Amino acid sequence: MNNRQNDRLAGVKAFFSVIWRNPMSRAGFIILLVFLLMAVFGPMVIPPLKSDYANRLQGPSAAHWLGTDLAGKDTLLQLILGSRDVLLVAAYAGLFAVLIAAVIGIVAGLNGGWVDRILMLFTDVVLTMPSFPVTMILSMIVRITDPLVFGLVLGLWSWAGLAKAIRSQVLGLKHREFIEASRIMGISKLNIILYDVLPNLVSYIAVNFISIMKGAITSSVGLMILGLVPFQGNHWGVMIQVAISQTGALLGSASMVYFLAPVICLMLFQLGSYFFASGLDEALNPRLRS
Amino acid sequence: MSLVTIFFAIVAMFLVIQSMPGDPVQTLAAEISRTENLEMDLAYAKAKAQLNYDPDVPVLQRLGTYLGGILRGNLGNSLAYRQPVVNLVLGALPWTLLVLSISLTLSFTVGVIAGIFIAWQRKRWLNGLLNLWQSIFGSIPDYIIAYLLIFLFAVTLGWLPSRGPYSAQVTPGFNAAFIGNVLRHAVLPVMAYFLTTVANWTIGMRANALGVLGEDYVAYAAARGLSRRRILVHYVGRNSILPMITSLAISFGFMFGGSPLIENLFMYPGVGYYLNQAISRRDYPLMQGMYFIMIVVVVLSGLLAEWLYAVLNPRLRER
Repeated sequence: MNNRQNDRLAGVKAFFSVIWRNPMSRAGFIILLVFLLMAVFGPMVIPPLKSDYANRLQGPSAAHWLGTDLAGKDTLLQLILGSRDVLLVAAYAGLFAVLIAAVIGIVAGLNGGWVDRILMLFTDVVLTMPSFPVTMILSMIVRITDPLVFGLVLGLWSWAGLAKAIRSQVLGLKHREFIEASRIMGISKLNIILYDVLPNLVSYIAVNFISIMKGAITSSVGLMILGLVPFQGNHWGVMIQVAISQTGALLGSASMVYFLAPVICLMLFQLGSYFFASGLDEALNPRLRS
Repeated sequence: MSLVTIFFAIVAMFLVIQSMPGDPVQTLAAEISRTENLEMDLAYAKAKAQLNYDPDVPVLQRLGTYLGGILRGNLGNSLAYRQPVVNLVLGALPWTLLVLSISLTLSFTVGVIAGIFIAWQRKRWLNGLLNLWQSIFGSIPDYIIAYLLIFLFAVTLGWLPSRGPYSAQVTPGFNAAFIGNVLRHAVLPVMAYFLTTVANWTIGMRANALGVLGEDYVAYAAARGLSRRRILVHYVGRNSILPMITSLAISFGFMFGGSPLIENLFMYPGVGYYLNQAISRRDYPLMQGMYFIMIVVVVLSGLLAEWLYAVLNPRLRER
């Protein structure tokens, strides 16, 4: 057992050294880490958010580095408070999607036959219906109150592509010697999946987890802009929606900063994910290594 | 096969929409009894008749009625617009297809040409430029780009219109003024799609072209003294464009899915705009109709891409 733990530790170390060596994934890793720290520790250390109607819609100043919103609340504080829910929603969405995709992909790939056919028909049906419009309707059916539910709604329709990819990976693995060997040795299916199949898919799933997260952020903000999610709490999407619909950022008033601040954060986060994922892909996929 | 997928997708959509909270008949009945001063149960019966929808009937039977209606070209009546959904769908589809097909053709063509060019040139700064472009436009959602475009070109500079499909001054019809006006209105939505998707095609094409450029037959063609143009178009282009064709359908479906946001921002009366209207007004038949057309168009675009692939791929051609 101790041996196995040591192996794992070495594996994790090797993983991070691979990420660090690739300049793209290093940049992405640093950006994501900054956002993660901001989301975890930011809300603990900042002063409480106060409304201050005397100083509403101000530009950047010494007291308010990024200005204030239409209730006089500090923009920077809102950004920091919002980062937690942005990340939580995206992470839950990625988690749910990856979970569904892995179960469906692995079961379909390993079993084959009619199980495979039914699961793939189901996947094709999901793929046929564009995900954003479906999510729009789902967000009307489910009352979205917290990040967990929001993540579930977003993840529910974004697993299909990954499930197909995992299935074909499993099909490729299925007849390799080490899996055949486990099968002949009479090892249970669950054990084969956990110890032989999954480790081979981890890197692939990690890359997809990040890109699903990226997509989830895009759609979560989109749903908020359309006003379909009565989300209580702080989220960059809420800020953007308020900026567009209530402060007239479109007309070029002082609230442009209030609009641009979350947009730029959003962009930086997406950029970090993109760098991290493509660097990771390059680092873990020997065919892409230059 | 695709018919089976369409069938199941429609059933899934129907069941999902049916499970939405709120009863449309109740809402309409309340409105009728208010405006026409009718008894509630009379109004209820009238609402049921108007909607051709009865919540007391089991879901499966309603599904049967709905599917039967589709076969006869009847998608029910819209609650909010008080007209057959079919008319609304047929009115909305051309606008979405117009914008999406221009955007997709433009970004595909530009991306493919740029991809070959960058692969051929092998210049460091060109690659850097491409990466920079993708880093910026790949990270901002297309609706935010659309928003910034409106701010820049419509509000600040005042060069282009940002709302609706055409101005009220022109008469719809086959005349130059109308067509020009429609195109002017389409510029900003098309740009929003184009800016965010063009780099994907360029990157994919560059990768494919780099692979093909390493093939022996390209070296042989160059050794035969063929012109650079001929090598790029007929040898490299044809072979590296093939894998891109299948992505066309996926990309089209994705753009279609994003249309509610873009069309809402530009007040562009396409499928996405009406879908959004239907959802915010709880107009169930309209929702189902717009979904139906989305599913059909996405499946058809997949078939179209398959056909295009077969036409362009000499290995699949019949001898």
